[in-house]
Amino acid sequence: MKSAVIQFPGSNCDMDAVKALRALSDGPTDLVWHSAERLDEYDLIVIPGGFSYGDYLRAGAIARFSPAMRAVAKAAEDGRLVLGICNGFQILTEAGLLPGALRRNESLQFRCGMVGLTVENAATPFTSAYRAGEVVRIPVAHGEGNYFVDDAALARMEERGQIVFRYAGGHNPNGSVSGIAGVTNERGNVLGMMPHPERAVHERLGSADGAGVFASIVDSWRGQYAVQ
Amino acid sequence: MNVLAKIYVTLKGSVLDPQGAAVTHALHALRYEAVQDVRIGKYMEVTLEADTRERADELVRGMCDQLLTNPVIEKYTFELVEAR
Repeated sequence: MKSAVIQFPGSNCDMDAVKALRALSDGPTDLVWHSAERLDEYDLIVIPGGFSYGDYLRAGAIARFSPAMRAVAKAAEDGRLVLGICNGFQILTEAGLLPGALRRNESLQFRCGMVGLTVENAATPFTSAYRAGEVVRIPVAHGEGNYFVDDAALARMEERGQIVFRYAGGHNPNGSVSGIAGVTNERGNVLGMMPHPERAVHERLGSADGAGVFASIVDSWRGQYAVQ
Repeated sequence: MNVLAKIYVTLKGSVLDPQGAAVTHALHALRYEAVQDVRIGKYMEVTLEADTRERADELVRGMCDQLLTNPVIEKYTFELVEAR
């Protein structure tokens, strides 16, 4: 399995994602500058957290026009896996690869700390290592994580199992519609989430629960390429 | 001709505006009890060259739809002024 972590000007969680993947993935991980036009060789593409282009105009609005994002759209179309974390989630919604939009936190405060997440759908390539309904501890760090979709879109997403993570126990840190912390596209091969699984891959970091996301991805890749 | 596009971006009515709510509270604290609601948006000035007004209109609409606004949560209006 070959992974890429896309680095934009202003990315700052790129190395955390690279290190998590190098520890937990099954195969090489490359840090790839956003000017890359081809990403055909990668089974997994991670859009990391940070403040691409200084969050100018809107978070993710400018990064979505990077050449690498055209290659990411192609990967999504091909059915390969794309994981957007925090600013990566914002970029994927701006690019239209995920539904909805991320607004300023309701509290207007930057929220940084460990949160509980309920795994709403454990039947995705990103969450198969968890049990449905399980609560996991993964940190958030964002000022604009307040997820919005209209009621009609939300109902459709619920029906198709696109809501993958919700903030647990009614502790919604940002005002997201329906407590949503992570969603997939309709096909289920693109996941965006505000919490940072790459920051919770070892007990020394306060939680190892985020490792499940990477373990799930590796499992899914093995399942896909296993000799029948 | 050079055209100045004055673009106003606001949140759609159905989208809560936490900044606007905070400013409403602050205005009430300053005893502006008459204030009922505040919605915060963005104002942009784009100077461009276009042969006709229709062309400028088309270009600005394209920019707004593609980059300057996020149609999921925002709407926009603009006016065109002939610039020197």
